[in-house]
Amino acid sequence: MNVIETRGLTKYYGKARGIVDLDLTVREGDSFGFIGPNGAGKSTTIRTLLGLIQASSGSASVLGRDFVRDRQAILREVGYLPSETMFYAGMRVRDVLKLSADLRHADCGAEARQLCERLQLDPGLRMESLSLGNRKKVGVVCALQHRPRLYILDEPTSGLDPLMQREFFAILEERHRDGATVFLSSHVLSEIQRHCSRAAIIREGRLAACGDVAELSKTNAKRVTLHGKAELSGLPGVRDWKETPDGQSFLYSGDLRLLLKTLADAPLTDVSMAEPELEEVFLHYYTEGGEPA
Amino acid sequence: MTVFKHELRQGWKSLLVWTASIGFLMAVCIFLFPEMKGEMESVSHIFASMGGFTAAFGMYRLNFGEFHGFYAVECGNILGLGGAFFAALIAVAALCKEEKEHTAEFLLTHPVTRTGIVTAKLLSVLAELLILNGAILLLTVLSVLAIGESPDWHKLLLLHLANGLLQLEIAAVCFGVSAFLRRSGLGIGLGLAALLYCLNIVANLTEKAEWLKYVTPFGYADGAQIMTDGLDAGMLAAGMAYAALGIAAAYIWYLRKDIS
Repeated sequence: MNVIETRGLTKYYGKARGIVDLDLTVREGDSFGFIGPNGAGKSTTIRTLLGLIQASSGSASVLGRDFVRDRQAILREVGYLPSETMFYAGMRVRDVLKLSADLRHADCGAEARQLCERLQLDPGLRMESLSLGNRKKVGVVCALQHRPRLYILDEPTSGLDPLMQREFFAILEERHRDGATVFLSSHVLSEIQRHCSRAAIIREGRLAACGDVAELSKTNAKRVTLHGKAELSGLPGVRDWKETPDGQSFLYSGDLRLLLKTLADAPLTDVSMAEPELEEVFLHYYTEGGEPA
Repeated sequence: MTVFKHELRQGWKSLLVWTASIGFLMAVCIFLFPEMKGEMESVSHIFASMGGFTAAFGMYRLNFGEFHGFYAVECGNILGLGGAFFAALIAVAALCKEEKEHTAEFLLTHPVTRTGIVTAKLLSVLAELLILNGAILLLTVLSVLAIGESPDWHKLLLLHLANGLLQLEIAAVCFGVSAFLRRSGLGIGLGLAALLYCLNIVANLTEKAEWLKYVTPFGYADGAQIMTDGLDAGMLAAGMAYAALGIAAAYIWYLRKDIS
């Protein structure tokens, strides 16, 4: 079963582009990464799916239900963590958690206490006294305490310290093992690479690529590192050229024989070729007119 | 119900302050009446011959030496203005405050319908107005009894009822406005209440502008008119029609609004 399925989903803010013709499929049990820089359309996609904004055209289903008609039923089984978590002033943490549970007509007291303990969040704190990180933790507990089937997390670790990030992902992996689906929107690629099995890359509101994280990382481009000098000008397929202390490094997607012929006469002490990092693949999608490397 | 209770919890301090302030001012006026009663008899004719000022507040129709006349102008204006400002304040913030304070994302990503949210917020505004008016009326009655006056309770209650309806109308219109806003509407709300108050003064000043009484709820809640002619059904009907439009606009717009 597809937990999220969009068909030609489009959102324009007046004349400004939000997302265009987005076809996205997230399967049940997936740990799905949604990658893109600020303004690419990640949050617009999520906000459209959650019914905060209306799609200009296209259709979508979440948990097998129509995202417009069955919005309330969908939200009952979704845990959403926004990128910026804001709450009502004048309340304590426990009041916000209780309000969130009450809005779901659920008793989440035991689960909330456990999550607060694991995330080292004091439920007695006043909301206005919370640091950015603690506010994020409140958002995490609100999104997790009712044990939803689908987690939609928008930049979940921003504001959390590394220890809390580790604990957060540990909890998330437990939930994933229990059968929940995770939709993780982020521009921290290492997070996606470490915690997601499938991912989609969004670029200027359009889907640039979608597939297994391992597959996305696997391209015909290689990261070439040379120790020594070599003249590469005029060699087609060289990108992301960088000078290193004793040589140079670049992504190469051209003819391998041509590269080897060029390097054969160069005074090099060492040559290494490796698969590029997901980050390098990602950056490629954001170069002008980038096609899969 | 959760949203309704949450709204009341969020607004109780402001409700308490406004209720206490309006109630206190009205009680002070009532307690001043016995002392001023004798002097009022002699100044009544002065108040009745101050030209535009007299016309603006309808004072030519009232006797300041009588409790009704005094109450309609003094307490009527305090309740009218204070209640209108409070109604405008809470109603214009009701929907847009969620976006202004960035809490809309929290609220609307829970399994609650937008219709449910609008209804709960509208009911909480009405409940706050009911509490405010109930408490003020109670305080007023106790104050009147304390000074030993025995007014025509029917007229006095009618004045309070008219002011309650005035607040309802302003709240409903501001509630509609709130649905269209993303930032604070405080200025718009208070400005609208003040403008409507001024429109009634203008309508009192010249016959040519009497039609303004069908625009402003201060027309049917005018103390002088209530004490002499009662509640004008035509003006009230126009006011309730504006209120219905405001509420309808809130539902229609908020249900299809993109939440920022």
